Amino acid sequence: METKAKKMDAKAVKNFLSNNAIILLVIVLALAVGLKTDNFFTIKNVRNLIINMSPRFIIACGVSGCLITKGTDLSAGRQVGLAACLSAMLLQSVDYSARVLTGLPDIPVVAGLVIVLLIMACFGAINGCIIAFLKVPPFIATLGTQTIVYGICSVITNNQPLGGFKSSYSKVATGSIAVIPYLVIFAALVGVYMWFLYNKTRHGKYMYAIGGNENAAQVAGVNVSATLIRIYILASVLYAFGGFLLGAKAGGASTATGFGYELEAIAACTVGGVSANGGVGTIPGVLVGVLVFETLKICLQFLGVDPAYTYIAQGLVIVLAVALDLRKYLAKK
Amino acid sequence: MHGAHAPLFFGCMQAERKLKTARVPGFPHPLINGELHHLKLEKGNLKGASELSEYRLEMREVVKTFPGVKALDHAQLKLKPGTVHALMGENGAGKSTLMKCMFGIYHMDEGEVYYEGEKVSFKGPLDALKKGIAMVHQELQPITERSIGENIYVGRYPTKHYGPVTVIDHDKMYKDAAEVLEKVRLNFDPRAKLSSLSVSQMQLVEIAKAVSAQCKVLILDEPTSSLTAAEVEALFTIVNELRAEGVSIVYISHKMDEILRISDEVTIMRDGQYVGTWEAKELTTDFIITKMVGRELTNLYPPRSNTPGEVIYKVEDFTSINPKSFRHCSFEVRKGEILGVAGLVGAQRTELMEGLFGLRNHSAGTITYKGKELHVKQPKDAITNGIAMLTEDRRATGILGVLSVADNISVASLNQYLKFGFMLDDSKIEKLVQENKEKMSIKTPSSKTQIQSLSGGNQQKVLIARWLANDPDVLILDEPTRGIDVGAKYEIYCIIAELAKQGKSIIMISSEMSELIGMSDRIMVMCDGRVTGFIDGDKANQENIMELATQFE
Repeated sequence: METKAKKMDAKAVKNFLSNNAIILLVIVLALAVGLKTDNFFTIKNVRNLIINMSPRFIIACGVSGCLITKGTDLSAGRQVGLAACLSAMLLQSVDYSARVLTGLPDIPVVAGLVIVLLIMACFGAINGCIIAFLKVPPFIATLGTQTIVYGICSVITNNQPLGGFKSSYSKVATGSIAVIPYLVIFAALVGVYMWFLYNKTRHGKYMYAIGGNENAAQVAGVNVSATLIRIYILASVLYAFGGFLLGAKAGGASTATGFGYELEAIAACTVGGVSANGGVGTIPGVLVGVLVFETLKICLQFLGVDPAYTYIAQGLVIVLAVALDLRKYLAKK
Repeated sequence: MHGAHAPLFFGCMQAERKLKTARVPGFPHPLINGELHHLKLEKGNLKGASELSEYRLEMREVVKTFPGVKALDHAQLKLKPGTVHALMGENGAGKSTLMKCMFGIYHMDEGEVYYEGEKVSFKGPLDALKKGIAMVHQELQPITERSIGENIYVGRYPTKHYGPVTVIDHDKMYKDAAEVLEKVRLNFDPRAKLSSLSVSQMQLVEIAKAVSAQCKVLILDEPTSSLTAAEVEALFTIVNELRAEGVSIVYISHKMDEILRISDEVTIMRDGQYVGTWEAKELTTDFIITKMVGRELTNLYPPRSNTPGEVIYKVEDFTSINPKSFRHCSFEVRKGEILGVAGLVGAQRTELMEGLFGLRNHSAGTITYKGKELHVKQPKDAITNGIAMLTEDRRATGILGVLSVADNISVASLNQYLKFGFMLDDSKIEKLVQENKEKMSIKTPSSKTQIQSLSGGNQQKVLIARWLANDPDVLILDEPTRGIDVGAKYEIYCIIAELAKQGKSIIMISSEMSELIGMSDRIMVMCDGRVTGFIDGDKANQENIMELATQFE
């Protein structure tokens, strides 16, 4: 009996370790880096981390809906880039010499944001329609729109980096209420909204139902097409918001903005327990995933790893995360 | 080559039959005596002792626990060579789990498997197949876009070598495949794509796969669930031949008449426990049911006290866009009536109902519902008007597997649980779950349990509860008791009878004649996409239903 109990414990420990392998790995790495260097566990560094996380968390929230419905959105990063460029074009300071839209009057930051969100929502609608009506697999559909969005971005910016933002736009990223940066407040608001949406509304339940079994959801009266389109529109709106914040944070935007963000977001979701098998995933999980992924990046930075190598590390983490996730479901069968 | 093989096959059969009749009669009842076995097994570990072992396959004291459920509690199975051994039990009794433990798909917590006297533990189905144990699953998983031959030899293709390069020997594969196809009486070119076969033929391909591996143990899981009567006969012929060759067959089924006809021995399980093993010829249906359920079932069908009223749902000239599917179908259903729908496999009953529910397109026809014409383009249109449909394939179009019982019950009726017009009220959903759990005695550890971990009968009850939450007036039930054990079946019949009594109209498709005759006020019979007639429930019998069901044009 005793050996059995021990065996069960050993199994539970093993399961816990493999289910949370990446999270644990990163915690160990962070502790090691913290011990090795003396300026890792500082308020400044933590603050930096949280500010970096904010736009990425917003973007990951967008991708999470696609993943939960067994889809994906590879156009996320490029959409972030386009949104950043659009925001930049709309919110350049009127007296900036290299202003792109020269005839444009000075528009308030909020109006600029709304315009960007609306434009980007159209791209979400396009993604959603391709997936819901033309039944193109999300992987292929968004791979196509990724390239289209990048093309559009190159055309409208003429491949020139954009700068010279008006101060009220830059302040979106640099400002804070007391000690809490605006960025963090925005991310928190998005997180709460998404949590509510996923757990307390019909839309959320329908989303999980589609991820669990699309055919059964349809039989149960779920309007699958409408729900999918809504998910992809919401995703694009969140990318747009993320892009808007990134532009403000960087003080400039170019076609390269947002490059690779879709994979970071997908990886963060997967590390955070959003399953590639569909129907499973939570917003707190996404938050943990983003935290882990950003911590990993900062650790590598502190260790003085060449940025080129960090791509390799990130790619490995993505594959590992998905493999561990699928392993969970295979083991259950 | 085919000719040379066949006589051998039948020759073995005769020899084996003599052996069998000599051995079977003198056995004690119940058949298995555990103590003797332990002695034998110690010897069995010695090389060469395997011939001495009375059993070809033995599973002992198998325990398997899933979170919160003891799926197997010291279960056992002892299989003699050259016999058909029926494994029976209600859904959730642990039959499939026991088989999966043997194949190594599940890792058992305790217990042992002995095969031909030696202790074994298989790594998976392919490993078992290579050692001579094969299983034909209830839900086939064929590779439809590849050839029959490839499906038979997948994972163990015959190979030939060109120096260091190993390639698949297609000639040998198709030659061998043709031989085994001959054996299972499947007159097809092994190079034909599997998708050109019917479900029953695909099943035969699976059996051919077992034959090709020279299997000594063949497990058939609900093999007749989608077969017509003639196909069942053909299957039985093959089973008899295999038995005569000395193959041991485990036959899992709920159909009593089949069990009593085909099997030599019957092992019954209940709640993961071993109840006993008997000789089939000593058994009666009543005895089996009593042992399976653990109590006596006096009535197979509950008494009904519904009274059909005015016509509520009327279908006229309903025709599919697919010319081979349903066409010119007209019928009506009264308030509080149970309309049975009979027909052979392929009669397009499911397709018609799915068309009426908006899951398939139609090119002509009208639905008049409560006196008004109803247009249904998607299920939502039907649902909002108070029509519900329990689909045939629970796993494919019913349950939301990874979601909780609560989510599964509430998904079709979320509009009812809102507060402030947009926010879901979890306490209302929890109340719905608890009410239904009690009313229909759904066995689930909690409302947050994933539905896929429940037994088939309980999943079905959850799905019925999902529809009842909408308080529908018309319920279309497509094979509501398929793959459900006897006890749960009766509970579902009671629910159906009660709903009819409440004035709800029920359209029930079933392939079990006795169920249709026992439950329906009227039976609509379909054949090849057309409605061929109606019979009153009290005048219906097998013969007049079959007559209408076989009216091919």
